Amino acid sequence: MTKQNQEAQLLLAKNLVQALEGNDEVAADKILDEMAGMRESILFQEVGRLTRQLHDSMNSFSLDAKMTALTANDIPDAKERLHYVITMTEQAANSTLGVVEDLLPISNVLNEQASELSSKWDRFLAKDMPFEEFKMMSSDITAYFSQTKNDLNSVQTGLTDILLAQSFQDITGQIIKKVITLVEDLEQGMVSLVSLSGGNVQSNSAVITDIELPGPVVPGVDDKSNDVAKKQDDVDDLLSSLGF
Amino acid sequence: MKILVVDDFSTMRRIVKNLLRDLGFTNTFEADDGKTALPMLQSGDFDFLVTDWNMPGMTGIDLLKAVRADPKLAKLPVLMVTAEAKREQIILAAQTGVNGYVIKPFTAITLKEKIDKVFERIDG
Repeated sequence: MTKQNQEAQLLLAKNLVQALEGNDEVAADKILDEMAGMRESILFQEVGRLTRQLHDSMNSFSLDAKMTALTANDIPDAKERLHYVITMTEQAANSTLGVVEDLLPISNVLNEQASELSSKWDRFLAKDMPFEEFKMMSSDITAYFSQTKNDLNSVQTGLTDILLAQSFQDITGQIIKKVITLVEDLEQGMVSLVSLSGGNVQSNSAVITDIELPGPVVPGVDDKSNDVAKKQDDVDDLLSSLGF
Repeated sequence: MKILVVDDFSTMRRIVKNLLRDLGFTNTFEADDGKTALPMLQSGDFDFLVTDWNMPGMTGIDLLKAVRADPKLAKLPVLMVTAEAKREQIILAAQTGVNGYVIKPFTAITLKEKIDKVFERIDG
């Protein structure tokens, strides 16, 4: 009990004695009521304080610990993971493109040589080829076989490299799944925090942030409303409706 | 034909360049955003511009606006190749004067069709 309360009670008690000695029943009753009310209000204050304390400690134990861990470790981790996804996909795309750029000219040369030899061979079959030219063609064919063998080895190696480059999909898929789980946890934590602090949680957020450049349409997320083109045909239809 | 390919992702520039080479266009140049692209266009007698929309520095739509506002470049055919797919964005691009609009991911056939269509309309 505070000193102030003690003094107030002492004063009330003195007044009560005075009133009783003076046979003033009305005043005595009033003072008794006041004393009882004082007691009640102190009790309620104390109960209120304890409740608030309990509430705060519960929050800080369960939620704050979780949210702190999320913001201190998991979010920076997630950023890293996503950067890693960018790096991995870029590497895969670059190595695949590199192989394609190397192999396309090889395949072009083989193609040209084959059609050249094929037309010569047709002439030979039609008995429309002098012996000297036939000898040259024979050595050309021998050279072509050996070159084809070498080039097809390069093609084989390249195709294997392309195949291996696709392995990023497995790893990045797993990383992204982890990040999705984290985002779900974070969302849960935020919802709990908001409901504990007394606000109403609405399933559909009333605040629509205006994103200037929404970027790629993620199926099932961004294509729910009818204001996006899901495929090239939608774009073509829209443009032709505009007179394009 | 001299072509400028503008995209902030180098992999996408490579893909577009390779597809263009496949279509017989070998004289291609690259820029990573509108800011680098615009001076190249102003000084470089380009015949065709292929540009992404969302890029740091200067976006594709701002590049398109700048091209249409420049008397020397105003008639340059522009194909937009972008992941931006909102109706209002496509309409904005059309109103700004784009000649073709391809959304990512796209196929080689789509790109060829749109390029053919752009030049068909210009020649016709």
